[in-house]
Amino acid sequence: MGVFRMPSLGADMEAGTLVEWLVQPGDHVKRGDVVAVIETQKGAIEIETFDEGEVARLDAALGQKLPVGTPLALILGEGEEAPAPAAAEAEAEAPAAPPVKAEAPLPEAPAAAPAEAAPAPAAAAPGGVIPASPAARHEARLRGIDLATIAGTGPGGAIVLADLDRAQPRPAPRAADRAQMLAEMRKAIAAAMSKSKREIPHYYLFHRIDLQAATDWLTATNADRPPEERLLMGALLLKATALAAARSKAVNGHYTEGFAPSAEVHAGFAVALRGGGLIAPAIRDADKLSLDETMAAMRDVIARARAGRLRSSEMTDGTITVSSLGEKGVDAMGGIIYPPQVALVTFGSPRMEPAVVDGAVQARSMVTASLAADHRASDGRLGARFLTEIETLLQDPEAL
Amino acid sequence: MTPEDIRKAFIEELVNIAPDIDPDTLEGDEHLQDDLELDSMDILNLVAAIHKRLGVSIAEEDYPRIETPDKAAAYLAQRLGA
Repeated sequence: MGVFRMPSLGADMEAGTLVEWLVQPGDHVKRGDVVAVIETQKGAIEIETFDEGEVARLDAALGQKLPVGTPLALILGEGEEAPAPAAAEAEAEAPAAPPVKAEAPLPEAPAAAPAEAAPAPAAAAPGGVIPASPAARHEARLRGIDLATIAGTGPGGAIVLADLDRAQPRPAPRAADRAQMLAEMRKAIAAAMSKSKREIPHYYLFHRIDLQAATDWLTATNADRPPEERLLMGALLLKATALAAARSKAVNGHYTEGFAPSAEVHAGFAVALRGGGLIAPAIRDADKLSLDETMAAMRDVIARARAGRLRSSEMTDGTITVSSLGEKGVDAMGGIIYPPQVALVTFGSPRMEPAVVDGAVQARSMVTASLAADHRASDGRLGARFLTEIETLLQDPEAL
Repeated sequence: MTPEDIRKAFIEELVNIAPDIDPDTLEGDEHLQDDLELDSMDILNLVAAIHKRLGVSIAEEDYPRIETPDKAAAYLAQRLGA
């Protein structure tokens, strides 16, 4: 049995607002399915479940701002039965409580016998109280719905949130005002970056990389392709960084209770939003994607980051972040690591510059790669090897 | 297609890529990257959208010829023989 809770989508997140359920009681879900949408400081995020089974109950009402850890729904595995509503009610009252950690009591030991399959009229139970989940009761009060007029479909015939929606459909949640969304995102960035600068002993390395081979290869490759199949330099930079990160373990992973390197490379790809704001959703297994797949993944996360439809795993899975400053930007940036990651690689704008090749000055496309890394996880010598590995990989673009 | 239709099509696709651009206040000499802040992915998506809509595949070396709405309208009209 799994209790689906308000997830933490970053070190800076304390609460989220539930804006949409994408499942109903009775739906079957599997690990990775998107079950709900929550509004956070970084926009609307699609939340995935880690459990497989049947959605037994939705415990949280739309529009509620809920602390991280609040139970939102109950998912039952095959053969499991829901605990009696009473057992879950105490849990569902959590909104006022401080964030619940994983060790908080789960409603796994039903206080009462599991709900029987007995027919349960939505009428008042003995004692005159209409059975309803606390969230449904709360919501009904807010919306002025008389519970006596509603047919319950929850355990024991209890009225659950979905029953209210069936009886009285709600208006679609209002799209968040864009300026306010950007202001909220600024607060989230401020919180995460302040934490990073307070806690992470950063060191910085800068390295000039000759991009001429990559540029020539890209120009030749794209010349034969229709626009929708063309590659961008950003895809080569991301892939080269991911490959190098897979080899230099000490820049790839999370630092929480000490450094835990990651076997997989999930590259957070920094996406600037028009009008301000920045978000770095993770591209999973970025070291194993072909350049075409890398390009497709970049296009996908950029579109969804701007539309405000990223998934929860994309917010939390990143093991290293890559930021490209684009064609018309500046030379280099000393960035701030996104905790709990331990490294951020930034590429400045590539430019044509005089460079010495084989003893002669030539015009070459050059870029500055910079590394911000956590000194608790690595030192400058290893960081230098990591950056020069990226340089080496970019000299042989067809092998990427 | 008249040159005016082509210009309209280009601006529609531009606004699809960057919905915060107001077509009514957009100036013909605004630079897609410097003024309108399109990045390289935006430009590529715009070129792909134009390919789909008008059947014109714009080579990378021709990107400077679509860097403003005025230049793009003239370039596309020439490519389409309009």
